[in-house]
Amino acid sequence: MNALLATVRRDLLLALRRKSEVLTSLFFFVIVASLFPLGIGPEPALLKKIAPGVLWVAALLSTLLGLPRLFAADHLDGTLEQMALSPSPLALLIAGKILAHWLLCGLPLVLLAPLLGLQFALEGQTLFILSLSLLLGTPLLSLIGAMGAALTLGVRGGGVLLALLVLPLYIPTLIFGAGAVEAQSAGLGVEGHLSLLAALLALAVFFAPWATTAALRIALE
Amino acid sequence: MTNMNLINWFRFASPQSFYPLAGKLVPLFWTLALLFGAAGLWVSFFVAPTDAQQGEGYRIIFVHVPASWMSMIIYLAMAFWAGLGLALNTRLSSMMAQALAPTGALMAALSLWTGAFWGKPMWGAWWVWDARLTSELILFFLYVGFIALQSAIDDPRRADKAGAILALIGVVNVPIIYFSVKWWNTLHQGSTINLTRAPSMAHTMLWGMLLMALAFWMYSIAVSLMRLRAIMLERERHTEWVKHALE
Repeated sequence: MNALLATVRRDLLLALRRKSEVLTSLFFFVIVASLFPLGIGPEPALLKKIAPGVLWVAALLSTLLGLPRLFAADHLDGTLEQMALSPSPLALLIAGKILAHWLLCGLPLVLLAPLLGLQFALEGQTLFILSLSLLLGTPLLSLIGAMGAALTLGVRGGGVLLALLVLPLYIPTLIFGAGAVEAQSAGLGVEGHLSLLAALLALAVFFAPWATTAALRIALE
Repeated sequence: MTNMNLINWFRFASPQSFYPLAGKLVPLFWTLALLFGAAGLWVSFFVAPTDAQQGEGYRIIFVHVPASWMSMIIYLAMAFWAGLGLALNTRLSSMMAQALAPTGALMAALSLWTGAFWGKPMWGAWWVWDARLTSELILFFLYVGFIALQSAIDDPRRADKAGAILALIGVVNVPIIYFSVKWWNTLHQGSTINLTRAPSMAHTMLWGMLLMALAFWMYSIAVSLMRLRAIMLERERHTEWVKHALE
């Protein structure tokens, strides 16, 4: 457990020293979400209808933007090999890295989303559900994305390839996440969507670090 | 006896001994594919009756349904071989997975394409966001991802292993994706059209479909084996047996 926390602390510290990287993907989220009203038109009814989908897709893309950096620097300077050699299980250290990635790229989205939701004319309770669905969904995005990042580590054209691999796997998260917000706006129950999202998260927490580790070991060979 | 069997099986796990066997199997499967295809096309064009509601346009399903089946079966087969290659570290299994992927992607594309041809006269739309259509599209994306990942990695051993992990992740995700898309679709109530046809299908139609499915099976096996032979030659080009095989 200590190893996990140490990894999280290290990654957070590194990110704080290079703030621009984290901020870039955050502003990407804001800008992409702001483009849609400009492209579609400012009618509140229309914006309210497209808000869940637009905000979720924007969150998805901005998470994707940070993924190539997840292992790249550590791979280049050999830290990853040291991690593989260390006595603590590699899967645990990788879980720490994924957690740090979520804290840097996922959590800010959760906190920022209500603000953007206001731009899309969403109301109080819906904003709350939007944040809640992102709170459950963004860790899932980080976990699934980590598998893709590990598979494409050091590969030609890694960034684009990563998108190609990961985006189809993001579809269930998108459906249930945006579905929850949409159900709330339509006055339907949201428990089903959120429960499914939580179930997917539980599955991914268990399997994703393990699969990521297997993929990383292949890259390190 | 069981020991003997094991030895026999593993004999063909080496490219060297499988290459000539595949060479013998390819013409056999091509012949079967042509026979089944000819019989299937004859039944589906001349024997099967015109559908009462759908007219002649329904005949595209004789290509569409087998292609959809194959696209799913090939994905499973691909993941199976890739997983086997990862677990047992057998070269041939990974080559098999690599050889299956393009055929699978072709089948998924064919299924989408013929589905659009069927949809236009029947539904009046080339595309609807039906659960099956959407999951077939995503299956196609998964194939493309597998092929792209394998071709982006230069070292074939690493490409095999990375591809295997991706294929296995995909297999776990396929049911999740299917159900999520299905529930998404029912929640949206977008299309009132349902793909599930009436089960009372004329016997000749069923026969036509089965023959065509067999033809697609045989074609897929033949083409995959041909591709497998090419991959074997390419990957083992530095070995003695390849030099002899090409003489």
